[in-house]
Amino acid sequence: MKELKILAVVIFFTGLVYWGVEPYAHSVMHKHVEGHNFVYDGKSDLEVLNEKVEEIKKSMASATDEKTKKAAEEELKKYENKIKDTKAFWAHVEKIAALKGNAANGKNAISACAGCHGIKAAGIKAPTDALTASKTYGVNPPDLSNAGALYDPKFLAAFILDPAHGAFVKKIAMPAGMGGSDQNIADIIAYLKSIAPKEITPKQAFESACGRCHAMRYAKWTQIGTVPKTKPNIKTGQDIEGLKFKEKVAEYQNNLAKYLGKLPPDLSIIIRARSEHYLATFVENPQSHLFGTAMPRVGVTKEAFEKVKTYLEEVGDSSKPKREAVGPWVLGFMIIFTILAYLWYKSQWKGLK
Amino acid sequence: MSDRRDFMGKVLGAWAGLGALGALYAAKRTWDPLPSVKAAGKTVVDVSGAKENELHTELWRGKPVFVMKVSPNDPAHKDKRLVQIGNDKFFVAIGLCTHLGCIPTYFPEKHKFICPCHGGQFNSAGEVLKSPPPKPLVIPPFKVEGTKLVLGEEGEQYKKLKAAGVVA
Amino acid sequence: MAHFDPNARPFSHKWLNERLAIDTLEKVLAKEYWIPKNINFLWAMGMVLATTFGLLLISGIFLLMYYIPDTKQAFDSVNHTIMQEVGYGWLWRHIHGVAASIVFLIIYIHMFTGIYYGSYKRGRELIWLSGMLLFVTFSAEAFAGYVLPWGQMSYWAGMVITNLFEGFSSDFLGGHLHFPGLVEWIRGNYVPSQAFLGRFFMLHVVLLPLVIIGLIVLHFGALRIPHVNNQDGEEIDFEAEAEKWKAGLRKESKVIPFKPVFLSKDVFVLGIYLTFFFYLVFYHFEFAMDPVNFDPANPLKTPPHIYPEWYFLWSYEVLRAFPKNPGLIAFGFAQVIFFLLPFLDRSPNVAPANRRGLFKIWFWVLLIDMVGLTILGKLPPVGIYTPFGKAFAYIFIALWLILPFITKAEKPIGGK
Repeated sequence: MKELKILAVVIFFTGLVYWGVEPYAHSVMHKHVEGHNFVYDGKSDLEVLNEKVEEIKKSMASATDEKTKKAAEEELKKYENKIKDTKAFWAHVEKIAALKGNAANGKNAISACAGCHGIKAAGIKAPTDALTASKTYGVNPPDLSNAGALYDPKFLAAFILDPAHGAFVKKIAMPAGMGGSDQNIADIIAYLKSIAPKEITPKQAFESACGRCHAMRYAKWTQIGTVPKTKPNIKTGQDIEGLKFKEKVAEYQNNLAKYLGKLPPDLSIIIRARSEHYLATFVENPQSHLFGTAMPRVGVTKEAFEKVKTYLEEVGDSSKPKREAVGPWVLGFMIIFTILAYLWYKSQWKGLK
Repeated sequence: MSDRRDFMGKVLGAWAGLGALGALYAAKRTWDPLPSVKAAGKTVVDVSGAKENELHTELWRGKPVFVMKVSPNDPAHKDKRLVQIGNDKFFVAIGLCTHLGCIPTYFPEKHKFICPCHGGQFNSAGEVLKSPPPKPLVIPPFKVEGTKLVLGEEGEQYKKLKAAGVVA
Repeated sequence: MAHFDPNARPFSHKWLNERLAIDTLEKVLAKEYWIPKNINFLWAMGMVLATTFGLLLISGIFLLMYYIPDTKQAFDSVNHTIMQEVGYGWLWRHIHGVAASIVFLIIYIHMFTGIYYGSYKRGRELIWLSGMLLFVTFSAEAFAGYVLPWGQMSYWAGMVITNLFEGFSSDFLGGHLHFPGLVEWIRGNYVPSQAFLGRFFMLHVVLLPLVIIGLIVLHFGALRIPHVNNQDGEEIDFEAEAEKWKAGLRKESKVIPFKPVFLSKDVFVLGIYLTFFFYLVFYHFEFAMDPVNFDPANPLKTPPHIYPEWYFLWSYEVLRAFPKNPGLIAFGFAQVIFFLLPFLDRSPNVAPANRRGLFKIWFWVLLIDMVGLTILGKLPPVGIYTPFGKAFAYIFIALWLILPFITKAEKPIGGK
């Protein structure tokens, strides 16, 4: 039939444009990063470093003057050393991960951590409030109560051994070597696991793992906690309590921005701004997408990431369930409409040709 | 033939009408108060520092709420609409005249509210002294917690007043 | 002198007829508005467009009630209040966003249908011109609307597009075509900010919709006398054919009344279209609601890839293929050249392109070239894409330059 042929032509060109401007364009514009299923073993770090090495080699080959060439050569050496370091580091982490930790010993060992970290679950209060801590460290050191539930044990081993290396960033507030011997580290991890809650809510997961750097205004979350309920003076309309809290948040954010080089974005609606794959691979290893970023790898387990994602969706795309519930009804309505319209069309056009 | 042609058109029209009703429902929902508006419906008032016969105005769900410690020499002191907080009697009501919604002014020396719009008068328990207001000032849902008054929650006293049919 | 029956019941048919001539209106506008029988589903695109515009208008009204045109609040009023708090606010936004994108797909199909069947000639010039004015106004409307959520793409689109008004560079023609002040005037500031958002909000919700509605009336009005074209470009004696229909010769007549016969087909096509449309609204909306625009506007950071919405890509690529000054000329050329189509086509033939010799090739090359420009317009200007973009842009310009010559040489079809 002629009309179907015309329709095929329309669909072909529409499809071609769609393919070009959507899947194809995005595959060209966005770098593809392979996921590692939240396994932390240094493989993804090596991928990033090797990619960098390739890049430098390429620029070396195209360099014309001696000066650039020399600079590139030095860069290359630096990265080759880094690769060597990384391999050695993760081999060491494997050794710690193979040890059997003793939670009872870990309980003693962890007192060394309490100089900076609170552990509510063990009755240890944080030495200072969030704002004061940020003045010293740039960021509020996390309470460790949930750490055993949120973070991968191998990542924890790597992080305690050498935080900058484990988090795969240039600098980080926590110094290396705080965990003591390999066995000591294994004990601390065993202890953190033993005090961690069995069930963690999506909200808790987000607040513990992301919430000290990222605000989430649609959930009234700031880097120093939930915005308190305050009310303005009825005569002046001024809300001094609220302003005081705002001031604290602002100060904390300034400290954080100084520490990280920029203020980490509010994550209220990040779930619509980035694809699921991007979020997963970015959280797994921020350097794989944004080389040089100050965001540390946080080392969440796959389950913890799913929880965080659930929360991002609850806050950033809360109408999704409704959308998915209404969709079939509207489509069903339209299909029946189309069938009825077809019958009307056929009855009107009967005997016309 | 022509009948059948018309018939299908009518069926289709009816079906489209059904769709229009669905769209109207969505449109209706669009005008409903937002969840954030509904969630912000609680206000806590501390009455420990209240002085007798001095009117205090609070804001609850955007409306003024009158809270006043009623003095024993006020003629309305025995009124059943007053709220017991500790040893004192309090007048609690939405401060909008039940006639057309203006805010009545309190005259402490007369123990009287007078509405500036149409001259309606209430005593310090919110009872009508002079029309046009058709009924007493409305008592909002409240709950007494020590010396605190929580507006927007139904406590024991409120439920009793409600059962007695005097809240609105 | 009009006659008013004093006994007519108020609001009865007779009563209304005496006052509003509703029977005549229905006759003129619907029951005796004649459409050729020899058409295909592409003739329903007008109705599809009118419906899509209706969807935009209705969804827009609901959005307008909660949107706040303030640079500090706009983003959250859209993405929090409308998308998550207002009952069915997400539905209005998704309908609005998807319709704004899809309306251009239908416009392009409608345009290329007109080009293919030669529906811009022999008395139909004003239909074409008013249609092109609609296209331009819709483009402005779409751009103004894109600014409103005040996301990253909104802001940077505002920045880049307003910069176009700077005109040619200052060393070109003694700088007489260089207007840096104009850019600041359009923005009401040095950068897109509150003044800019306020005026584009006004343009989007008042001025441009009014212009669009006026142009739609003109577009329909321009259609009335020359009538709709048909699949063979046949010149039909509408009066004679209408008489046949009225005499009951349904089969023999070459025309059908708009209501209900043409309408029944229109509505069927509309049903298929809307099914597809709502599938996009509920399940496949990213193409129309760019994820990048879910990042709030940041005047200190340009997104790594910045591109217009897909329907502007072909002209954007024409602009981008050249250095600044010639690029601007080429861009201007692309904006106006479609207006001139009825006058550049020198052939008297009104017929489908496939019966028009060289014009047939011209049509398909133009279509493929514009598809190519669209795809290249989104890709980053690196590697092989750059020379390809240039080639496609040259072809686009060349096609329009040769059009008068190939159509002049075209042989007249038939002697009818």
